[in-house]
Amino acid sequence: MTEIYKLIIIGSGNAGYTAAIYASRAQLAPVLFSGGEIGGQLALTTDVENFPGFPEGIQGPELMARMRTQAERFGTKIIDKIVDKVDFNTQPFSVWLGKDIYQSQAVIIATGASAIWLGIESEQRLRGKGVSSCATCDGFFFKGKDIVLVGGGDVAMEDGIFLTKFANSIKILVRREELRASKFMQDRAKNNPKIEFIWNTEVVEVLGENSVTGVKIKNNKTNEESEIICQGLFVAIGHRPNTEIFKNQIELDTKGYIILKDRSMTNISGVFAAGDVHDHEYRQAVTAAGDGCAAAMDAERWLEKKET
Amino acid sequence: MPAIELTDQNFKQEVEESKGVVLVDFWAPWCGPCKIQGPIIDELADTGKDVKITKLNVNENQVSSSQYGVMSIPTIIIFKDGKPAETLVGLHQKEDIKEKLDSVVK
Repeated sequence: MTEIYKLIIIGSGNAGYTAAIYASRAQLAPVLFSGGEIGGQLALTTDVENFPGFPEGIQGPELMARMRTQAERFGTKIIDKIVDKVDFNTQPFSVWLGKDIYQSQAVIIATGASAIWLGIESEQRLRGKGVSSCATCDGFFFKGKDIVLVGGGDVAMEDGIFLTKFANSIKILVRREELRASKFMQDRAKNNPKIEFIWNTEVVEVLGENSVTGVKIKNNKTNEESEIICQGLFVAIGHRPNTEIFKNQIELDTKGYIILKDRSMTNISGVFAAGDVHDHEYRQAVTAAGDGCAAAMDAERWLEKKET
Repeated sequence: MPAIELTDQNFKQEVEESKGVVLVDFWAPWCGPCKIQGPIIDELADTGKDVKITKLNVNENQVSSSQYGVMSIPTIIIFKDGKPAETLVGLHQKEDIKEKLDSVVK
């Protein structure tokens, strides 16, 4: 007979860990499945400067390691595995990790969002051969090299600035003629002498046989094509919610984000969601943490009601 | 038994001059996805019978990693009789790696 937990939390970003801290302090003895990207998006960043309480900033991986420790301190059982299937149609809910099955009365989904790729053949062919979506993982391999970075949001600016530590030059390709990034991050990137912006431009093809030698680009106003010589292509064009396994289980919007019905609860009673998996508006470390807290409190109240 | 730690010094002996199948996990301490790949690789080391499971910290051993063109981590290269036979870039699940290993062992 499988043990039935009160609460399963899926995801290990700000939302997941914060939910775990609150739920474990509330004696719900939750089990948390970290998924493939332990610590979530922040574990792939460097300086976090806008998390309250850290006036000098804190390293993303360190912040996430601390949250994890805090969740474990109050009794969260953390399992570093990936959930590949769920069944929310019957109580208790079931969650599969390969052949292992876990069951619970309530679930908090905090699977966040993952980076998206450009979606062109040459990009996938040269992945790991100069094409990357993880600046903090792979910047190291581009010492003294020339890099092209695609994207116009905060993550792109941050990646660009981080890559200047290693690279000789960074050309940032932006699809529009302005940036989506916050003014603060824009100014930082624009003031960095190694960074140059190329506007209204998209990647047509990544060039190179066995490793990246350049990119073919197109100006989307004039349709003029040209080539840039580079050894690395970093992609930071945004994120997609990690909801693949929840399709046909809970209600999602057209972009795949979870739709909340009653506070943090989804259309399935007892299934809650927190963080970037439903929030495409704010997507901040603090809002995700706040969401995780709210979902844990909603789950706690729901479980109480269920018992009485 | 955890994976065998390789260095630039013993790479030749442990991998290139090794008969049979050797898996090398290229990783670094600053790489988030590598931290989840690591324990999976260690688990494989526990179960693998016909294969040698190893890992190389690219931060400290840049010669071997650049020799095989590793530009993204985690990367797994499966060697057969000292020659690379399969390369897996990015985080991979145990079952995927096992499948690849089996196809190389055959």
